[in-house]
Amino acid sequence: MLHALTIILLCQLAGEILVAFTGLPFPGPVIGMILLLGIFLVRGSMNAQIERVGGALLSHLSLLFVPAGVGVVTHLAALQADALPLGMALVVPTLLTIAVTGFTMLWLERWRAGQAEPTATDMTGGSDEAD
Amino acid sequence: MKPIEDIWVYLATTPLLHLTLTLVAYSIGETLYERLGRLPILNPVLLAVIALAGLLIATDTSYAAYFEGAQFVHFLLGPATVALAIPLYRQIERVRKSALPLVAAICAGSTTAIASALVLTWVAGADLPIIATVTPKSATTPVAMAIAEGIGGLPSLTAVMVILTGIVGATLGPPLLSLMRVTDEAARGVALGTASHGIGTARAMAGSDIQGAFSGLAMGLNALATTLLVPLIWLLLS
Repeated sequence: MLHALTIILLCQLAGEILVAFTGLPFPGPVIGMILLLGIFLVRGSMNAQIERVGGALLSHLSLLFVPAGVGVVTHLAALQADALPLGMALVVPTLLTIAVTGFTMLWLERWRAGQAEPTATDMTGGSDEAD
Repeated sequence: MKPIEDIWVYLATTPLLHLTLTLVAYSIGETLYERLGRLPILNPVLLAVIALAGLLIATDTSYAAYFEGAQFVHFLLGPATVALAIPLYRQIERVRKSALPLVAAICAGSTTAIASALVLTWVAGADLPIIATVTPKSATTPVAMAIAEGIGGLPSLTAVMVILTGIVGATLGPPLLSLMRVTDEAARGVALGTASHGIGTARAMAGSDIQGAFSGLAMGLNALATTLLVPLIWLLLS
């Protein structure tokens, strides 16, 4: 467990250092995620310990956002002063973005599946791997 | 001497109190969510934030004092983000096959998020700094703050708007996607991760491994897309 946690933290640290030195437009932990993925890909497998420790962290991912969320109290005055524009900016664009992104992905995947279908069935000889 | 007050004063100065309260508030939120039929509006993060914010205001506790305890939970966000490599690796074949639609969907979503936030706050009559503050709000917090600062927004208010955007997306996103009959796991994940970053990804993880993998990746790629697009759009409009 200690080993797994150390690897995860090392990836994050390397990510933070890389971001600090190169000015990459990513948060350090996102680079850390890519580094860990790189390790898995190079080794061709995932360490069971990392999978367990990481799984534990991810199983309550929502909880980890609560402290930052409570930070709303620091800006109640600003939120009230600009309640209308901020409220509008919060709900409409977020839902619009979800709709546009979801539909674009869905349509493109369907379009691509339609394109690939004849060859795919020919090549795999009716393998029913989910697409 | 009032012993209860003494105990309170003692507890309020140790990290234990607010750390425990954070876990308790979230556990209660999760229990309510599960028991009352998983209504989207009873999102555990939303409930916990409302309860804790109310408590801080009622007891006149500063956010800094609260964060002394809550930071231990907050710290785990970094390692948890790194751990998103796990579902991503499990679904790597699926992600590879969908690479092109994924990138296109994120570009479309990122542009929508930026343009709609910008136009709506402008129509609502907000000042320029407020418009700059909300424009990058679909990106993950540190990235959104840096972008807002770059175009003359208020980074700390951006942080709050980012979190609220995440809560709105995680709460209303899944029912909206179901309403639109977007049942495809990959599409749901990409939508949640692009619009509402980590909080959306947390919601997606609860849905399925595929959703979580796509959402985590979308969150990362949208950070890049937003960084590139916001200054460009800002320049074009000014």
